[in-house]
Amino acid sequence: MVKTDEGAKAVTAGEPPPASAWIKRPGDGEIALGGCWTIGEAERLDQELAGLHGVAGARLSFRLSGLEGLDTACAWLVHRARKNLEAEGVDVVFDGLSPEYRVLLDEVAANDHPPPSPPRVNRPLEMVAHAGETTLDNLHRARDFLGFFGLVVLTMLRTAARPARLRFVPMVHHMEQVGLNALPIVGLISFLIGVVIAYQGASQMKQFGAEVFVVNLIAVSVLREIGILLAAIVIAGRSGSAFTAQIGAMKVNEEIDAMRTLGLDPVEVLVLPRLLALVLAMPLLAFFADMMGLLGGGLMSWIVLDIKPDQFVERLGDAVSLWSFWIGIIKAPFFAVIIALVGCYEGFQVVGSAESVGQMTSRSVVESIFLVIVVDAAFSIFFQLIGV
Amino acid sequence: MAGETIIRVEGLHTRFGDHVVHDGLNLDVRQGEVLGVVGGSGAGKSVLLRSIVGLQRPTAGRIEVFGRRVLDLDTPERIALEARWGVLFQDGALFSSLTVAQNIQVPLREHLKLNQRLMDDIAALKISMVGLAPEAGRLYPAELSGGMRKRAGLARALALDPEILFLDEPTSGLDPIGAARFDALIKRLRKTLGFTVFMVTHDLDSLTAICDRIAVLVDKRVLAVGNMERMLSERHPWVVEYFHGARARSAGL
Repeated sequence: MVKTDEGAKAVTAGEPPPASAWIKRPGDGEIALGGCWTIGEAERLDQELAGLHGVAGARLSFRLSGLEGLDTACAWLVHRARKNLEAEGVDVVFDGLSPEYRVLLDEVAANDHPPPSPPRVNRPLEMVAHAGETTLDNLHRARDFLGFFGLVVLTMLRTAARPARLRFVPMVHHMEQVGLNALPIVGLISFLIGVVIAYQGASQMKQFGAEVFVVNLIAVSVLREIGILLAAIVIAGRSGSAFTAQIGAMKVNEEIDAMRTLGLDPVEVLVLPRLLALVLAMPLLAFFADMMGLLGGGLMSWIVLDIKPDQFVERLGDAVSLWSFWIGIIKAPFFAVIIALVGCYEGFQVVGSAESVGQMTSRSVVESIFLVIVVDAAFSIFFQLIGV
Repeated sequence: MAGETIIRVEGLHTRFGDHVVHDGLNLDVRQGEVLGVVGGSGAGKSVLLRSIVGLQRPTAGRIEVFGRRVLDLDTPERIALEARWGVLFQDGALFSSLTVAQNIQVPLREHLKLNQRLMDDIAALKISMVGLAPEAGRLYPAELSGGMRKRAGLARALALDPEILFLDEPTSGLDPIGAARFDALIKRLRKTLGFTVFMVTHDLDSLTAICDRIAVLVDKRVLAVGNMERMLSERHPWVVEYFHGARARSAGL
C-alpha cells in the first residue's frame, strides 16, 4: 500500500498532490464530503462512514461540492452509506453533486445487486453426504477404469488382427522417451540404493561375523524387489505423469474431439503406442536397474568388507538362482501396463481447465504407484505359494 | 473529448529472430479516446499491445505511458503504473483456480488493503456493471461461456478503475448480438468511468460503433490514424480492401 502510494506520486510528479479524502459534519442536518475519494482510501472511509448515524425522520444532506475525485469503489461507499441511512429512516439528499459524479453514483446504484447468500448447510448431514458422494465417486471411477481397460484390450485385439494399423513411429518415439531417456535417473537411483543396502547390511552382518552374506542380501533384495520397484516408481513419476499431462492438454485443446471427427480412434492413436512402448521398455529398464543396483552393492562390499569383485560374482552365483532374476523381470510388463493405463486414463478424465490437468496428473502418479505396490505385494504372495 | 497524449510509441522495432514485426512504428493515443487498432493476422497488433503494457520487450524504440517510459521503470514504479491500467486478454485469461469474484479481487488484494466485506461488495458491483448475473461471482471460469468469460475478464480489468483499458479482440468469438452488447457495454462504461480505450480488433462493427479513431497496422508500421471517414478515403490497397470489402459493405460502411 505504502509502496503503491509512493509509486503513484512518482508517476504523477509535477502535479499538485490530490487532497486526501475527508468527511466533516459542519452542522446537525448536514455532512460534507470532500477531497479525492479513491479506492486507496476506501478502507478508512468505509470505517468512518460506518460510524455515521442520523435521526430517524430527520433530513440529512450530503454536501458533495468538495469532491475532487471519485471512483467506483468510493461511489459505492457513498451509495451504501445513503442506503443504510435510509434504512434507518433518515431522509438523505445529495447536494452540490457535479454531473460526472452523479452519473457514477447512478451507475453504482443501478448495479446494487448483492450475490444471493449461499444456501445454509447442515454440517453433520453435509459430512455424511460428502462421504457417500466420495464413495460412489470412487466406485464409479473404478468401474470406468475397468471399462477403459476393456476398451484398450479390444482395441489391441483389433489392431492385432490388422498389425498395419499399429502406429509404429510414435511407439518408437515413446520408447525413447520412457526408456532410453530414463536410463540415467533409473540407473543412478538403483546404484545408490545398492550402495545403501550393502552399507547397512554390512554393519548388521558384521555383528554375527557373517559379512559375506551381504552378497545374498544385496542379490535377493535388488533382483527380486528393489530394481523393478524403483524403475516402476521412477517411470510412474516421470512417464505416467507425462502421459496424463499430454493427453489432458489435448483434451482441453479439443484435439481428442478433433480426432474423433476425423475418424481416428484416440485409444488406438494415443494409448496403444504408449502402452506398448512402456511394456517393451520396462523389462529393459528393470534389467538395467538390477545391474546398477548390483554394481553399487558390489562396489560398497569391496570398499567396506573387502569382498573382491571376483569373490562377489562367485558368491552371487551361489546365493541366488536364476529365478530371483526372472521374478523381478516378469513383474515389469505388468507394472508397465498399470502405469500406462492409469496415466492415459486419467488424461482422458481431464475436463475444462489447466487446473484439471494438474489435478489429474498428480492423481495419476499417486494411483499408479499405489497400484504398482499392491500388485507387487500380490506377486510376493503368489511366488511364495508356488515356492520360488 | 480527445485530450493530451496518454500513450506515445516512437520508432518501435520488434523482431523475433529473423522475423521483423514492427519497423519504426509510431502511434499516439489521446486521453479519453477509444482507439481501434486493425491489421491483418500476424501484423503485430497484439504484439504492440503487449509491448505497451510491458509484456514484450521491443528490440528498439520508445514507449511512454502517462509520460513515463515503461521500459525504464523500477519495480515500485511499474507496480504503480500497472494499477492505472487494465488489460482484457483475448479469452479473458481468468485464473482458473479462482471463482469470478475472487478473480476480480486479485488486483484489489495485490495493490490495496481492504477488508473482505468491502472487497466482496466491490466484486459484486463490478460483476453487475459488466452485465453478469449476481450468481456468476461464485462460478469458476470453466463453468462460464465465452461471452461470460470476457465480461468477467473485463470486470477484473476494471477492478481498480483504470485510466486506460487495453482490449485484445474483445468481440472475437462472440455472436453478433453478444458482440453488439459488449460494444454497448464498453461505450456505457467509458461514459461513466471516463477511461481511455486501446482496442485491438477485427470487428468492423465495433470500429464503427465505439472507436473515435482507428489506427491501421500495415507493412510493419502504422499506416494511417484517423476516424472512419479518413479510413474510407485512404488509398492503400490493404485499407481499401478492408474498409470497402464485402464484409465492410454488410457492416453498413
